[in-house]
Amino acid sequence: MTTSTPKYRELGLTDHEYGLIVEKLGREPNDVELAMFSLLWSEHCAYKHSRKLLRRLPTDGERVVMGPGENAGAVDVGNGYAVAFKVESHNHPSAVEPFQGAATGVGGILRDVFAIGARPIAILDSLRFGELDSVRSRHLLDGAVRGIGHYGNSIGVANVGGEIYFEEPYEHNCLVNAMCLGLAKTADMVRAAAAGVGNAVVLMGASTGRDGIGGASVLASAELGEGDEAKRPTVQIGDPFEESKVLECCLELLEKGLLVSLQDLGAAGLTSSAAEMASAGGVGIDLDVARVPLREADMEPFEIMVSESQERMLAVVEPARVAEVVAICEKWQTGSAEIGVVTDTGQVRILRGSEIVGEMPVEVLVDGCPLYDLEPADPGGWIYGNRATLARGVSSEDELLALLSAPSIASKRWAFEQYDSVVGSRTVRRPESADAAVLQLPECGNAIAVSIDGNGRRVACEPYAGTVEAVLECAQNLACVGAEPLGLTNCLNFGNPEKPGTAWQLDRSVSGLADACDALGVPVVGGNVSLYNEGPEGPIYPTPVVGMVGELPDPARVAGSSFVAAGDAIALLGPFSPTLAGSELAKQRGELDAGLPQPDVGKVANACAQLRDAVRAGSLASAHDVSDGGLACALAESAIGGGLGCRVDLQPLRERGCSPEEALFGEGGGGFLLSGERAALEQLGAVVIGEVGGGTIEIAAGDRSLVVGLGGAESAWRSLDERLAV
Amino acid sequence: MIWGVLQFPGSCDERDALHACTLASGEARLIWHEDRDLEGIDGVVVPGGFSYGDYLRAGAIARFSPAMEAVAELADAGGPVLGICNGFQVLCEARLLPGALLRNEDLRFVCRQLDLLEVDGPETGDMGGDSAHRPLSIPAKHGEGRYYAPEPMLDELEANGQVAYRYAPGQNPNGSVRDIAGVRNESGNVLGLMPHPEHAVDPLTGSTDGLRVFRSLERFAA
Amino acid sequence: MRVLIRPKEGILDPQGKAVERALPALGFEGVEHVRVGRMVELEAEDPVRLAELCEKLLANPLIEDFEIQTL
Repeated sequence: MTTSTPKYRELGLTDHEYGLIVEKLGREPNDVELAMFSLLWSEHCAYKHSRKLLRRLPTDGERVVMGPGENAGAVDVGNGYAVAFKVESHNHPSAVEPFQGAATGVGGILRDVFAIGARPIAILDSLRFGELDSVRSRHLLDGAVRGIGHYGNSIGVANVGGEIYFEEPYEHNCLVNAMCLGLAKTADMVRAAAAGVGNAVVLMGASTGRDGIGGASVLASAELGEGDEAKRPTVQIGDPFEESKVLECCLELLEKGLLVSLQDLGAAGLTSSAAEMASAGGVGIDLDVARVPLREADMEPFEIMVSESQERMLAVVEPARVAEVVAICEKWQTGSAEIGVVTDTGQVRILRGSEIVGEMPVEVLVDGCPLYDLEPADPGGWIYGNRATLARGVSSEDELLALLSAPSIASKRWAFEQYDSVVGSRTVRRPESADAAVLQLPECGNAIAVSIDGNGRRVACEPYAGTVEAVLECAQNLACVGAEPLGLTNCLNFGNPEKPGTAWQLDRSVSGLADACDALGVPVVGGNVSLYNEGPEGPIYPTPVVGMVGELPDPARVAGSSFVAAGDAIALLGPFSPTLAGSELAKQRGELDAGLPQPDVGKVANACAQLRDAVRAGSLASAHDVSDGGLACALAESAIGGGLGCRVDLQPLRERGCSPEEALFGEGGGGFLLSGERAALEQLGAVVIGEVGGGTIEIAAGDRSLVVGLGGAESAWRSLDERLAV
Repeated sequence: MIWGVLQFPGSCDERDALHACTLASGEARLIWHEDRDLEGIDGVVVPGGFSYGDYLRAGAIARFSPAMEAVAELADAGGPVLGICNGFQVLCEARLLPGALLRNEDLRFVCRQLDLLEVDGPETGDMGGDSAHRPLSIPAKHGEGRYYAPEPMLDELEANGQVAYRYAPGQNPNGSVRDIAGVRNESGNVLGLMPHPEHAVDPLTGSTDGLRVFRSLERFAA
Repeated sequence: MRVLIRPKEGILDPQGKAVERALPALGFEGVEHVRVGRMVELEAEDPVRLAELCEKLLANPLIEDFEIQTL
């Protein structure tokens, strides 16, 4: 290793990028300026490799109140209210320190939501780890779940849903994606753009320390290699108590009309908040680091500008109102300091007292970063390897039990019982009781539903089709509770985009996302990208995590996913045409390969609409989307939840051309498992396949028919409780 | 009657408690922790949450707030005081209730719908009129809910009828001694429990068994 | 001054137990009776009232013991 690596390279900037900075400034940047550029021009902040792709996504819609580019997106839910929501990743910090990484991930997404004036009402989390026989993955799972619980529970926002998958490609790069929903009066919502030359810039919340210094560029724009222990000092520590005070304070300030604009401090701290506020407003900004409340006395200007200390917000306030703002901060026992002023210079100027320690044009800092084109190339086959854990030739019963007990499919009760799912009194459907979470909105007389999905393994089989499926999965989950989609947020978790294979995955996946959203008429209102999730063994599965929010008129008419009464008919609805491609069974047999059938978006959308109407009419007893593990698992889940067995015949699927195995365990979108009165199901156009009742799960499927006791199925499905008990 | 629901920095379930009080007894308002004024208030709810971040010990700081001084006076005068979860912790720290709450035995936060058994006290008598002693279905959600008191104190509590609720057999979520989920003071007007009755008042979001808990204290209102 | 706060003997200390149980897997044998408590450091003008401060706020005498050390 050479002893004279240029500083800019150590901070993650390429020679070309550095050259551009010098050219645009007309000189070499000093240390403060270099630190600021290195963060804002990092992948995490600048979206260098993804911004061009993201322009493909549809963002317009009648119900959109706030679209991409603001702290969070928002959709109109009637009666003068809007629901704000967004999903964000905190992958690299969680791989280093899972408790704090996951906790601060939740903290960050909460701030994004209340930064636009919405009171957070729900959280969901989408997690990925390596297989459970890995000590490291156990440790990461345990820490992440505790961290999410710690932060969400302490601040009092209900965690109403999520998903956890365990796959080898995530062993070195776990994924922690956190989604938040908030409720706001549309008229009270606020944007981030700074405005009003001469207005004061006020920093609120916790004091500034050395947390996460260099976090953005050091962690998120590079692959994790050996020696990531050394990155520990840059992990952020979260304080949910502080955040709850800051949250109440900000909402009161907004309610009283005291703020011109509001922005949260996240990645790249003061640097990104100030610069982005200025850029959005087309103004300049002067900041005096000597006025920033510090936790450690001897911090240098560049440290203060890039610190990622948590629980801080930046506001623009008219000078005459600053005193009132300070008084309200004091009431809520949270800090406040006037640290700068809005100018008309178009520059970001960093001062220490009267000395200028850094100065650059806002435009160059925020928009000057070059955007790169990907060079995608189809790797032409399955690049992820296989590990067989289930022999071929075992009985169908054993296969069903092996699938039910698979950590990715088994009940996640161990995890969600560590989360408060009831605070706020809005939760109509708690985790694992229906296919989507449902929250009542008494203010509006209706309810909203939310689902978060993204099966990376299937996206790895075929990125375009897999991503379309992920979007459809969300829509299907919403349909099961009678909800119509209003908007979507997404987090794209991928490997190193400079490698052609990953570039190809990203390119195809974004196309799938765009096309699916277009076809369904669901706008993308915001999202996040996390790249470079790659270790020495290779990239993670391409994992586009999709969060979809929908509305429903009557929270009392929401079908659960469990069977309700013996004697109810069981039926299948939708263009379900399962194959073993990308399935959990194929994974367990060690037979994963590239390729996935293309979903028929139009037909699935129709089935969703029909189901939605039936649920709203109250004509169904239960509705459950068929996904991981196929129809046999869906049947088992509905049976276990209801404490009632079933007897079904999969002949109708056989008639569609499925083999017995495909009918039982094949996966793919477009399938709904319903129960209720036979007449109601038939009227809906569903195909009756059997009846609820008894103490066994009996499925006729040609030469692979099976009978499993309800108790045995439940033990298998609850296997994680015991496996993860300390 | 009019309930007052305390609000500390870090309280979470105060608005839920406010709503529940209104449903159960008619009227309720929030009381900021710095207020000593309980004017017009017949009874107080100390709600759930993480007052002061649970720093030092859960409830240890909140119990010194001005509002709690007023609550102590109300309790002394025989007025109804209900402590829920963090509120129970605050009342124990304030010595308005006996015992202490410790970290759950398996060190994890747990959120779960549970069955609670009502236990009669000398002052409770008819607790609502209908089939007494059927289990109440109420959610618990806490990380520090393991009730503890030394054995001799426990024997005294049992003898005095001060144990108010127990977890149904097999459902103790935190390892609390003798499955104790809630206790009352000697005169019965101060009641604390770990589970959350305010989250069991609406059929849309759960059971409605929680209403009984609020109503069981109404007789102590002046 | 430094105040050490420990769980009282006889009270179940699940944190201490969890730490003790984890040690052998990390290569530490022969470690027992782990108790996990808290430490508070402060500067007090009037050390005479410190014991009262400990009893009233820093420790809960029902479940904890405390020890004051002068630094």
